[in-house]
Amino acid sequence: MHDFTYRKAGSVADAAARAAAGEDAVLMAGGMTLLPTLKQRLARPSDVIDLGGVAELRGIRVEGGAVTVGAMTIHDAVANSPEVAAAIPALAALAGRIGDPQVRNRGTIGGSISNNDPAADYPAGLVGLGATVCTDRREIAADDFFAGMFETALADGEIVTAVRFPAPEAAAYMKFPNPASRYAIVGVFVARTGGGVRVAVTGAASCVYRETAMEAALEADFSPAALDGMTAAADDLNEDIHASAEYRAHLVGVMARRAVAACGAGAAGG
Amino acid sequence: MPKDGIGASVKRKEDYRFITGQGAYTDDIDRPGQTHAVFVRSPHAHARIASVDTGAAAAMPGVVKILTGADYAAEGLGGLPCGWQVTGKDGPMVEPAHPPLAVDRVRHVGDQVAVVIANSAAEARDAAEAVAVAYEALPAAASIEAALAGGAPQVHDEAPGNLCYDWEIGDKADVDAAFAGAHHVTRVELVNNRLVPNAMEPRAAVAEYDRATREYTLYTTSQNPHVIRLLMGAFVLQLPEHRLRVVAPDVGGGFGSKIFHYAEEAILTWASSKVARPIKWTAERAESFVTDAHGRDHVTVAELALDADGRFLGLKVDTRANMGAYLSTFAPCVPTYLYATLLAGQYTTPKIWCGVQAVFTHTVPVDAYRGAGRPEATFVVERIVETAAKEMGIDPAELRRRNFVPADAFPYQTPVALVYDSGNYEGTLAAALAAADYNGFAARRAEAESRGKLRGIGLSAYIEACGIAPSAVVGSLGARAGLYECGEVRVHPTGSVTFFTGTHSHGQGHETTFAQIIAERLGVDIDAVEVVHGDTSKIPFGMGTYGSRSLAVGGSALARALDKVETKAKRIAAHLMEAAEGDIEFTDGQFTVAGTDKSVGFGDVALTAYVPHNYPIEELEPGLDETAFYDPANFTFPAGCHVCEIEVDPETGAVEIVNFAASDDFGNIVNPMIVEGQVHGGIVQGVGQALLEGCVYDDEGQLATGSYMDYTMPRADDVPSFSVSTQTTPCPHNPLGVKGCGEAGAIAAPAAVMNAVHDALGPRGVSRIDMPATPARIWQALNAA
Repeated sequence: MHDFTYRKAGSVADAAARAAAGEDAVLMAGGMTLLPTLKQRLARPSDVIDLGGVAELRGIRVEGGAVTVGAMTIHDAVANSPEVAAAIPALAALAGRIGDPQVRNRGTIGGSISNNDPAADYPAGLVGLGATVCTDRREIAADDFFAGMFETALADGEIVTAVRFPAPEAAAYMKFPNPASRYAIVGVFVARTGGGVRVAVTGAASCVYRETAMEAALEADFSPAALDGMTAAADDLNEDIHASAEYRAHLVGVMARRAVAACGAGAAGG
Repeated sequence: MPKDGIGASVKRKEDYRFITGQGAYTDDIDRPGQTHAVFVRSPHAHARIASVDTGAAAAMPGVVKILTGADYAAEGLGGLPCGWQVTGKDGPMVEPAHPPLAVDRVRHVGDQVAVVIANSAAEARDAAEAVAVAYEALPAAASIEAALAGGAPQVHDEAPGNLCYDWEIGDKADVDAAFAGAHHVTRVELVNNRLVPNAMEPRAAVAEYDRATREYTLYTTSQNPHVIRLLMGAFVLQLPEHRLRVVAPDVGGGFGSKIFHYAEEAILTWASSKVARPIKWTAERAESFVTDAHGRDHVTVAELALDADGRFLGLKVDTRANMGAYLSTFAPCVPTYLYATLLAGQYTTPKIWCGVQAVFTHTVPVDAYRGAGRPEATFVVERIVETAAKEMGIDPAELRRRNFVPADAFPYQTPVALVYDSGNYEGTLAAALAAADYNGFAARRAEAESRGKLRGIGLSAYIEACGIAPSAVVGSLGARAGLYECGEVRVHPTGSVTFFTGTHSHGQGHETTFAQIIAERLGVDIDAVEVVHGDTSKIPFGMGTYGSRSLAVGGSALARALDKVETKAKRIAAHLMEAAEGDIEFTDGQFTVAGTDKSVGFGDVALTAYVPHNYPIEELEPGLDETAFYDPANFTFPAGCHVCEIEVDPETGAVEIVNFAASDDFGNIVNPMIVEGQVHGGIVQGVGQALLEGCVYDDEGQLATGSYMDYTMPRADDVPSFSVSTQTTPCPHNPLGVKGCGEAGAIAAPAAVMNAVHDALGPRGVSRIDMPATPARIWQALNAA
């Protein structure tokens, strides 16, 4: 990697100040994407601001029917939290299938959603559950947060502090992993909430999105059969050496049906 | 018998240092004053080098030296040699120059253009980015098909049509005649997918030059340090053996990829005298993907002729094999003598013809990879036999039985040059079928169907030629080296033993297996034995480890050396006990005089050999240190049957292996636990080839699968617990009766898995799925059917 200045932030305000001061500073949460990028010399930041020491960003709180996960909470903590498992088991299950044990013990929810990899799992969880992203400046609805491939609504220097998930009536996440990377080729998060049914898809397109036709079908009849014959429209889906757009479109339907079935079975999904 | 002798599942002696992080790998070696090298590599598959400007890079901090292809060429040194000359129908193969640093053209992504040597690896890397190479990009031929197309870009001017050789074995007219009388002909088209070896330890080297002794030392990640010394010394750098020491310390996996002599070894050694400081280079993983020799990459059309009873009448195989951009050390023999000679499989097929066209492409060189030719042969034979069984409505196990070489037919001369020495194919088939509950499959398939799953079962009755190899035989086929092995047993004065072997352990457990043989033979404790390998300054000579040869050839050299030790020790014991030499017996470490209660221990004899006070000094030299070179009389022929059972999820195309049973005949076995581990590892690699691993180049010759984000390595959760067992027919022609086990799993498994996949999908109208059978491919095939 190229040389850079490493700075360890003591607080969110400190991190924001240091990020603003750096010529080309980057914030580092778990570093699961940033560090490989640096090692391959694909990025050349002036400063790396490490959020690892900011205690106020860590932790899980459940209150008033909502789960709030601090931005620097590692995936393993979410996966193994009894509170999360009780309130939103599908979220714990999703976190438990991100990457491998090493990634789950370094990677964080704030880092994952700020990076917004098109095949990451958390974006589907946030959009599927209608979560709210809290930053050091404001609150952003998940539907508005994920803007495009590796793009979010975050302004320059804005720092995610937490994510607030309302508990659904039922929810499940089904992922069909890329055999090599084990990122999602397609991941579908289905939730039945007070505000309606939500179907969020990751991996298939350039950014997480909602399958509104499936949502409408499930509003009428929340059963796997309601989705029979339904697939995503293949037009704008990703295509690579692992999966064609048609295959991804088909898998969206399969994973959605399985997620709905898992909701009915009371399971958290897989 | 000592408790840790032959046949005991002794825990591996070497594992303590490995699992506690105390292994000493090449990258762990740091020499005083050491510098670091980074290679400048081509980003193009094919380009003309217009110029290389090192000026800016040379001025950067910490840079010690930058050397280019022009610098190397100016010294008149050699190119990287090929160790095997195949002679085709039209004469010897085309053998293009292989400069260790490219001079005017680069021929694959990763081809090395210059080396930057600096005080630190980071400084070398910075400077390497500043070396300005002006490339004129040229069109590339990145696949066999592209290279053979009319008007294809030429990889080497001296190889028109990109053909390295066009070779054949067997009499085609004879085989055609057999086909003329056939009741049924089965035809298959197959791709044996290209693989990237991916040893856990990337390649690395440290080279240094001692100005006082004028000796070069190269530490390198090699399976055969003496071979590297021979090739690099005699053919590349023109250095005599006595001034060139090659050390291969602990090596973290090779699978064939560390047999070959690579450019980095020669360039570091050459440069070490110029900078007069040691130089280290360690490949980054991305660099390994584009510089380690790849494996497999065949395209084949095969036809099998059968009579009305399903008896095989003839086999025709037409194969095109990818050599990559240059000929790697043993590349030409892999798709010929290690492939076509195995096409009889376990069967009595009387007439066989195989033609092989070896093709240059703008890709990384292709060479031996675990199994090397034999997995490709097994895949052809076992896929076509299984397909024929389906087409003729004969149970696949029964069709194999009808065509097996019978157990009483050994030695058996095949129509493709080999003489099988021993085997019992009915025996391994029966054991594998029993372990797999073959007869219960129909019920399991019906049950799976009720869950919406497609279940399939597949067999692979494989054979391999191992224990490579009788020197005179391979010499007549074009090998430019002998393939014997050397071992030295040094008994120390107090009776402990050091064994120096020319084989090399990089995961095989030699330190344990060889110690067990010595413990068994000499009656010493296994902890009183030290096995030394991997250093040309310590070991008399050696051809290294590949082709499942270490025990069959290296172990035989050990057995011969032990014979010599025992013979001499008996003479010393006879003297000590004042008995005739012919009356001395040696059991469990004790020399006794037949018919008396006289005895003397091995330790006392050893001490006497080195403290020869009471010693037949006029007839016998002191000391107890014996060396043997062993040249095998024949190949060995491990064989067996693997059975794989899978379930396909038709909605996603995902395959789950639900059962895998293997029954193998490796001859006599020294350490069953190590053998089991070798089989497990081999099966996982075979499953990897069948379902997961596929090296993909795009049309421009860029490697699309250049990292673990896109290249799928098998993981623990991709495979079930295996049921493995062995049946034994000892090898009749080597002293230990052993055959070798290192490659069997990788040879057998792909066909077993793919036969199971085709069995599952056949009823849905799918007739062909290529490896790797990924979910996407299976889903697409089901959709198209």
